[in-house]
Amino acid sequence: MTATQERPALEIGKDRRRKEDQRLITGRTRWTDNITLPGMLHLAMVRSPFAHANITSIDTEAARTAPNVVGVFTGSDFGAEMGVCINAWPITPDQKTPNHAPMPSDRVAFAGEIVAVVVARTAAEARDAAELVDVEYDELPAALDLKKAAADEVLAHPDLGTNKSALWVFDSAQAGTGGNVDEAIEKARGDGIVIEREYRQQRLIPAFMEPRSVVVDPTGEQITMWSATQIPHILRFALAATTGVPESKIRVVAPDVGGGFGGKLQQTPEEMIAFAVARRLGKPAKYTETRSESLMAAHHGRDQWQKLTLSAEKDGTVTGLKVELLADLGSHVSLVGGGIPVLGAFMFNAIYKFPAYQFNCQTVLTNKTWTDAYRGAGRPEATYAIERLMDELAAEVGVDPLAIREQNWITHEEFPFTTVAGLEYDSGNYEAATEKAKAMFGYDELRAEQKQRRDAGDPVQLGLGISTFTEMCGLAPSRVLGSLDYGAGGWEHASVRMLATGKVEVVTGASAHGQGHETAFSQIVADRLGVAFEDVEVLHGDTQVAHKGLDTYGSRSLVVGGEALVKAADKVIEKAKPVAAHLLEASLDDIEFEAGRFSVRGTDQGMAIGEIATAVFAAHNLPDGMEPSIDSEATYDPVNFNFPHGTHLCAMEVDTETGETTMRKYVCVDDIGNIINPLIVSGQVHGGLVQGIAQALWEEAVYDDQGTLVSGSFVDYLLPTAADTISFETEHTTSPATTNTLGTKGVGEAGCIASTPAVVNAVVDAVRHLGVNDIQMPCTPERVWRAVNSGGDGGDTEGAAMPHFDESEPGQDSTEGAGA
Amino acid sequence: MARISLKVDGAQVSDDVEPRMLLVQYLREKVGKTGTVVGCDTSNCGACTVHLDGRSVKSCNVLAVQADGHEVTTIEGLADTVEGDLHPVQEAFRECHGLQCGFCTPGMIMQSVDLLGDNPNPTEEEVRLGLEGNLCRCTGYHNIVKSVLHAAKGSADQGVSA
Repeated sequence: MTATQERPALEIGKDRRRKEDQRLITGRTRWTDNITLPGMLHLAMVRSPFAHANITSIDTEAARTAPNVVGVFTGSDFGAEMGVCINAWPITPDQKTPNHAPMPSDRVAFAGEIVAVVVARTAAEARDAAELVDVEYDELPAALDLKKAAADEVLAHPDLGTNKSALWVFDSAQAGTGGNVDEAIEKARGDGIVIEREYRQQRLIPAFMEPRSVVVDPTGEQITMWSATQIPHILRFALAATTGVPESKIRVVAPDVGGGFGGKLQQTPEEMIAFAVARRLGKPAKYTETRSESLMAAHHGRDQWQKLTLSAEKDGTVTGLKVELLADLGSHVSLVGGGIPVLGAFMFNAIYKFPAYQFNCQTVLTNKTWTDAYRGAGRPEATYAIERLMDELAAEVGVDPLAIREQNWITHEEFPFTTVAGLEYDSGNYEAATEKAKAMFGYDELRAEQKQRRDAGDPVQLGLGISTFTEMCGLAPSRVLGSLDYGAGGWEHASVRMLATGKVEVVTGASAHGQGHETAFSQIVADRLGVAFEDVEVLHGDTQVAHKGLDTYGSRSLVVGGEALVKAADKVIEKAKPVAAHLLEASLDDIEFEAGRFSVRGTDQGMAIGEIATAVFAAHNLPDGMEPSIDSEATYDPVNFNFPHGTHLCAMEVDTETGETTMRKYVCVDDIGNIINPLIVSGQVHGGLVQGIAQALWEEAVYDDQGTLVSGSFVDYLLPTAADTISFETEHTTSPATTNTLGTKGVGEAGCIASTPAVVNAVVDAVRHLGVNDIQMPCTPERVWRAVNSGGDGGDTEGAAMPHFDESEPGQDSTEGAGA
Repeated sequence: MARISLKVDGAQVSDDVEPRMLLVQYLREKVGKTGTVVGCDTSNCGACTVHLDGRSVKSCNVLAVQADGHEVTTIEGLADTVEGDLHPVQEAFRECHGLQCGFCTPGMIMQSVDLLGDNPNPTEEEVRLGLEGNLCRCTGYHNIVKSVLHAAKGSADQGVSA
């Protein structure tokens, strides 16, 4: 026998065009909202217009009798079978966690909460009838402002007696990973430098492009739920754990999912209600949200106040960092909402050698939309704080901000390096990334231009912003998650099926929603098994196919899921070896495997792995007692997080007369270890950059003084367009991760984590000589102008929201100016 | 109900529709053209962009009855077949990785085709302004802009060789 397969060139590192694109560019897509089933009913939600109110009555009579309405349900129509929305990460044993009913019957805790659901034969009829549901509310005072809420002035949930949910603390002296931070700060007050700042992480909305949608079909032996979710496996677990339906009776499918960015990392009330209604009526049911509903009621992100104290010696060598956070949970402690700020707990010290560190986070309940993961989740907040502070320290010492970083960062000879937060950074080279970025950026030339503009008093000033970020990603070693009181593990599962025709099916527990897993994972398996890229099919996102998995978030799919794939593929090879030995009539010890071919050492005898698969399928001639299968699976639990890093440089022009900012240049050099597909990586970086830049310059979820979201449509929530953004210059340095076989590091969140402080540092740098040392995000022209002209950080947005309807004012009978 | 007759992706269709029905709802719910999607309710996102008599429109901003007697092309009718012959703009989006989740892609491609019809050799700035009505959350627009410029260059090169 001879091998029939050509040895393929290595796939890893190739800029393969994506397998998934053919369907997407021709419109052959399966978004959840595209699914229609025989007899399918449509849901419309009735939502609270009040941030906090008791429900005194709900009159559904008119809605019930509207054309083609099949049913109208409120919370009291369901018992325990509705289930609850779970909190999978209680960060302290005494965390205050309000009950989270998908459809409360007594009290609403944010504007947008569901109080009734209308079921009709068409979506339009359901929507029409929803208008007829008459709900009487008794309004309660609402806890809206984060700082006031933390002081318990008004209670978001009166029966809890406090808005304070949990206080989470890490102290390096207590943990034995460093010194006492208060002593370091005291010492610096005497003979060094102390930088004290308070930064605002504004509230953001993930704003994935595909609105959430869910279809439930109760007519099979398993109840099937299709949902626009990042987490089909976790969702199935939550449905089973809270509704009493056995897990084995539930199938969850995430078909084509149009983006997530953490925003679809949730078990939603809408999913729970659709599940309950479909079961109750015994008919398939669909709910698709409008964009306004999505912005109002899908979870939000960030929303923190950060009080920061950095101590240093006179020469700028850092000695301590103390972090005191207030984090707005919104109305409920959602799936992992409480833990999001804790994901930043280990990252404020970043790439710098702080001898002492303390992190305190108080999570706070308010009557706003609940918050949870949004791209970066905890690490952007940490990176923003430290990278802004390092610029402030440089200004205080009077040196270039790159110099102060270099003075304090971990040098490449020091890896692996155990940080003051107790993490072991496995690899990195901050010097190399920075050197490359500086050269690409033309750093010295731009500094010269900046000086020239300052000297000339140019109304348009130039600022250079730096962010030498790192992050921890690849969630996560299960043991570590356990120690943080997270409710699940962080492993991932994969299986490899060797088909009779020599094709390969790969099943992964990761659940892609735009990341290109079908392509990148095919490249990994093609190399490992020595088969053609085209011969590998990647299957995911359906619990009937991928029965085991922990889904996609936290930049984990490649570094955890990819490693599971490698292990499963290796098992296939190990199982195939005895078959090869048997068929080639050689000793097992003489069988070698390389590039898809089993050969007998020292001979030209060999067989391709596909031929082995065919022989195993026939099973006519296998070693005695061998199970006729070489299919394999593996579950991989990572041994560590991994730590991408990079140097991002941003040049911003600031018009000091109007406050307008213009991005002139953005360069980044990211070290994400070995790269599987550079094309996909470039896309991840670009998209992350723009989301981070948008936090710096444009986006903010704004509530009025009644607790109504006034940025509840794309007219008001400013997503950047192609015309607002520029093309980027991206490059890489490579320090392979030492904790996984492929040497890869996560990249999904890196751009978003790094870019925000780079942009704000640049804006502040442009006007620092005018007495400005902070501008609150988003750095709108108005806020920049105010900072330049009156000092301070430009102030809050709240006051800038459109004033409420005032009947005493003349001319208020038109909608103009009323925000109506 | 109003009776409308129009051409969708080359095929003659005729239906009774509610006067309030949007063109995008008609395309998705009645004609089964689910390649065209809805991303917002304020005509900001452009995900539903199709061609009406050869010009791009946001199909959430057109009533189905307004399309009566006209010709609509969706993303599903842009290429001759679903498997092979792609439109050069579709091909460019794949070549340049101009999409990730793909939800905005049908609208992005339809708008890009119209943009290049008006201006076969746009500058980067002109592409960016021409796509201002279409939102994407994945790509940061970098590779979308590159895709459109790539498609323009491709047709220019073809023009030279032909």
